[in-house]
Amino acid sequence: MSEPVDVDVIVVGAGPAGSAAALTLARSGRSVVLLERGPFPGSKNMYGGVIYGRVLDRLVPEWITEAPIQRWVTRRSTMMMTSTQALTIDYRTESWGEKPYNGATAYRPDFDSWLASKAVEAGATLVTSTTATGLLRDEGGKICGVSTDRPDGDLRAKMVIACDGVNSFLAKEAGLYHHGGVEHFTLGAKETLSLPKSVIDDRFGVRGNHGVDIEILGATPGLAGGGFVYTNLDSISVGIVVSLSDLQTAKVRPEELIANLKAHPAIAPLVEGADVAEYSAHLIPEGGYKTMPELYTDRMLVAGDAACMCLAAGLWLEGVNFAIGAGEIAAQMAIEAVRDGDVSAQKLSGYQRRLEESFVLADHRKLADAPEFILGDRMQNQYPKVICDAVEAMFTVSNPTPKAGLSQHMKAAASKHGVKIRHLLKDARTASKLFG
Amino acid sequence: MSSFADIDFEERMATVEFRVGTRAHITVDSNVCRSCTTKSCVTCCPADLFVPMSDGGILFNYEHCFECGTCYMVCNNEGAINWTYPDGGQGVVFRRA
Repeated sequence: MSEPVDVDVIVVGAGPAGSAAALTLARSGRSVVLLERGPFPGSKNMYGGVIYGRVLDRLVPEWITEAPIQRWVTRRSTMMMTSTQALTIDYRTESWGEKPYNGATAYRPDFDSWLASKAVEAGATLVTSTTATGLLRDEGGKICGVSTDRPDGDLRAKMVIACDGVNSFLAKEAGLYHHGGVEHFTLGAKETLSLPKSVIDDRFGVRGNHGVDIEILGATPGLAGGGFVYTNLDSISVGIVVSLSDLQTAKVRPEELIANLKAHPAIAPLVEGADVAEYSAHLIPEGGYKTMPELYTDRMLVAGDAACMCLAAGLWLEGVNFAIGAGEIAAQMAIEAVRDGDVSAQKLSGYQRRLEESFVLADHRKLADAPEFILGDRMQNQYPKVICDAVEAMFTVSNPTPKAGLSQHMKAAASKHGVKIRHLLKDARTASKLFG
Repeated sequence: MSSFADIDFEERMATVEFRVGTRAHITVDSNVCRSCTTKSCVTCCPADLFVPMSDGGILFNYEHCFECGTCYMVCNNEGAINWTYPDGGQGVVFRRA
């Protein structure tokens, strides 16, 4: 620690994890540089739509009035579709549209810029348009900062917090990634579609700044993945998430999958006549707890997408909240380590412990088996058909044949689609263990 | 499935802002690609930047890249794709509201 440093801590990446970390560090009086490769925070970021801000209540209490959100989600729909059918569980509550609120839709360039501005207000130095190109190491081989693409751009610090996103070249360079396989990642591709607010309000049955989030199983026929539609104020976003390993072999293009979803009879009326305002794409680290990298090493911590902290658990699809939670905890660890003059891996192992005690890894650990379950063949390709067929049979009036029970319809539909009763029972047990 | 395409691809990509840098942040070694039998990059790249050539190679243009990482993740051939981020401030810039 005797070498000169420019700042106490360098945070790489001004996404939700990085800004939460920089904010926490700056508030405690630590000097911190927040590096961002885009021209402004959030300029490289897109997602599947909803920010759950509860984690901000303590960190930035004014988020409810200040954060640049589009709509508060008061309708949360989970849809199962086949090419011609759709079963939707649609939950709505007015309480999510008032304090303390729940989820909100937002444009990430807006939201991420806002959160970074909070870090700057607290005293962090935000440096945009600067790409971290690698880790600096001292003579002893220990991490001592990052190199950047600026002239004389080496930055030295006591610690580095890598919040550099799903591709995290810093975590990879540090040797922390052991599960970088294509099977643990999905591609998200999305269209933001312009529509007048009044049309959105009518089509989605909401008013004011209340909005809708529809998450869809069976949206990518033959490929593991899902789909989503959500409302912004005067635009809607529609997109797909697809397993990279399936996309690798399927020979279908991402925008064709979006077009296919938009043409579905349950979705087409929602998106009709809307022009594409923006097309975007991003990788998602969906593998969850089992595929996370090591989260700490000497003088470095990893948080957010860089640490595979996206939760893709079917019923729950979250990421920004985990990034913010992990960024804050990483900063708390760094504050203590710098204060104690001990930035060794042993000291920083406290980061892992604190994450395990918090929702960040508690939720991920509980749902560790969920990504595999949700992206499995039966869940993806058979259950939407089985369930839609069973429900269709149940609601089809079969006079003069007397009504059959739901279990009979389920059995018939399962058998039609090659699902054995023991599979159903096994998956019901798994689901109950995961979500129960 | 392509018959569903509602806008042509050029129009689709024209909705995205790119601040194009002078350095190609991704390069493709077409010599390696010639021996590739899958060429997954061609269909996987959401920006459709990988064009198969008649000689079996790949023509790649970095300018309208989302910087997502899909191509190097799905690539089976070591050394075919050299992938870095664009220089600071350049590349894709997603839209604010």
